[in-house]
Amino acid sequence: MAIRTLASKQTLIRCAAASPVLRQGRGLQTFSLPDLPYDYGELEPAISGEIMKIHHQKHHQTYITNYNKALEQLEEAMAKGDSSKVVGLQSAIKFNGGGHVNHSIFWKNLAPAHKGGGEPPHAALGWAIDTNFGSLEILEKIVNAEGAALQGSGWVWLALDKELKKLRIETTANQDPLVTKGLQLVPLLGIDVWEHAYYLQYKNVRPDYLNNIWKVINWKYASEVYEKEVA
Amino acid sequence: MQEAVYSSSCSALTPHSFMRPRPRPRPFMSPNSKPKAKLIRRDCGPSSSYKKKKVLCQIELKPPPYPTNALEPYISRESLEYHWSRHHRGHVHSLNKQIAGTDLDDMPLEDIILASYNKGHFLPSFNHAAQIWNHDFFWQSMKPGGGGRPSGQLLQLIERDFGSLERMLMELKAAASTQFGSGWAWLVYKANKLDVGNAVNPLPSEKDNKLVVAKTPNAVNPLVWDYSVNACLKLLLIIKLVQQHAYYLDYEHRRVDYVSTFLEKLVSWEAVSSRLEMAMQRAAKRAREEKKRMEEDDMIIGDKQATEVYLNSDEDSETE
Repeated sequence: MAIRTLASKQTLIRCAAASPVLRQGRGLQTFSLPDLPYDYGELEPAISGEIMKIHHQKHHQTYITNYNKALEQLEEAMAKGDSSKVVGLQSAIKFNGGGHVNHSIFWKNLAPAHKGGGEPPHAALGWAIDTNFGSLEILEKIVNAEGAALQGSGWVWLALDKELKKLRIETTANQDPLVTKGLQLVPLLGIDVWEHAYYLQYKNVRPDYLNNIWKVINWKYASEVYEKEVA
Repeated sequence: MQEAVYSSSCSALTPHSFMRPRPRPRPFMSPNSKPKAKLIRRDCGPSSSYKKKKVLCQIELKPPPYPTNALEPYISRESLEYHWSRHHRGHVHSLNKQIAGTDLDDMPLEDIILASYNKGHFLPSFNHAAQIWNHDFFWQSMKPGGGGRPSGQLLQLIERDFGSLERMLMELKAAASTQFGSGWAWLVYKANKLDVGNAVNPLPSEKDNKLVVAKTPNAVNPLVWDYSVNACLKLLLIIKLVQQHAYYLDYEHRRVDYVSTFLEKLVSWEAVSSRLEMAMQRAAKRAREEKKRMEEDDMIIGDKQATEVYLNSDEDSETE
């Protein structure tokens, strides 16, 4: 099972050590690496265990560590009223915080075949996909095309537009979370197309990675999110 | 991997040997798309075997100036071959397809980059064109047995503009580490010039041209920040690729280690020095041309003023 790094202790320590009035009753929430609900090797052969391990323990962990650091610095800057610093920290927060948000969703979007990975969506989400795109196959083709065409690093998303109650395919650059494309967008499915997500196994052939990842996509989770939003 | 023709001797790698079409993984195409127009490749130069008289130059894939295993153990042969034969070659292949038959077809690479940069609203060929240029530059910025310290004029300028070599390296490392996502870190020789057509430096001197560290995202490079390629005073000296494919096979997530290793063991200070020399010469040449142009302008204005004064004094005498 994945190694969990506990960071919640920090909250207690900080509250104890903090004396300034400003910190009373408001401990800074720190974040920790979420566990994966499956073993690293369980998504093979679509995604290798080696990639899953490094992706989870190194990349995601680094985003979390740097996000926590940036939030600490933000809190300090806000307390001192240092506006330049507050604004200056925004890009680090967007990048690292975005990385944490995106990867947390990503782990839930994946599941081994014996836990439902690859099983097509039914019920409300299945119907919505057919209405919005025609069929699941067409949806996959569009996502693959968008993902392959994305230059540099980023993510490709299946998004629900809460207000219009429609499904959309979006891409974001770097670690920008989906909400940067619209506050009304809810991520149902996100696919990481950073090279670290596939390079060790697929090298430069990103399209092969995209073709294969559908075998381990956890549509159950996406359906849950969808039904909750449209209810 | 079907393409196993990379010999360890560089002499076997000629540009033309790689212009034959080879089977390679194609980007996703839906079954309904039409087959793309067949690419006609032409050699640069007269050739009687082609029916068309017009000779066009396609962008060539240049090999690195050393064998593919020459940078081991810092960059493995596997990593370099993948990087060059897949990513770099992919860009060349794609660009040639994109520009075939368009205005960009017979332009030199730098012109294609500037034309498709389109002041920030990229045209489709920008990504490939810029990345080809960047990768050519990148291979030449490294050499087997590289590292060490710069010397001569380069070192002097580094110490003048950064304080010390260590400081410059620190800034370069920081730029490489803080470039979110994909991109490049550069050491640039920059003219002290505003981006406004009629801005004039009243006392231009070579001292105003500085070395600076810069970073760019994805395919962008500092060439595009100076819109005229003839001037090109922002000549790049060194670059470091921080796209993950450059280091992932060897260093995985440890970008910082890759960056340090690059600077300590791979960078070719000779290449940097010779580029600096070229840049300084170009800067001096342009400064001379500017000065000459200003003097010519002054002379023309001087003539005009003479005639205008003449006219004005006529009017004045009438009104009196």
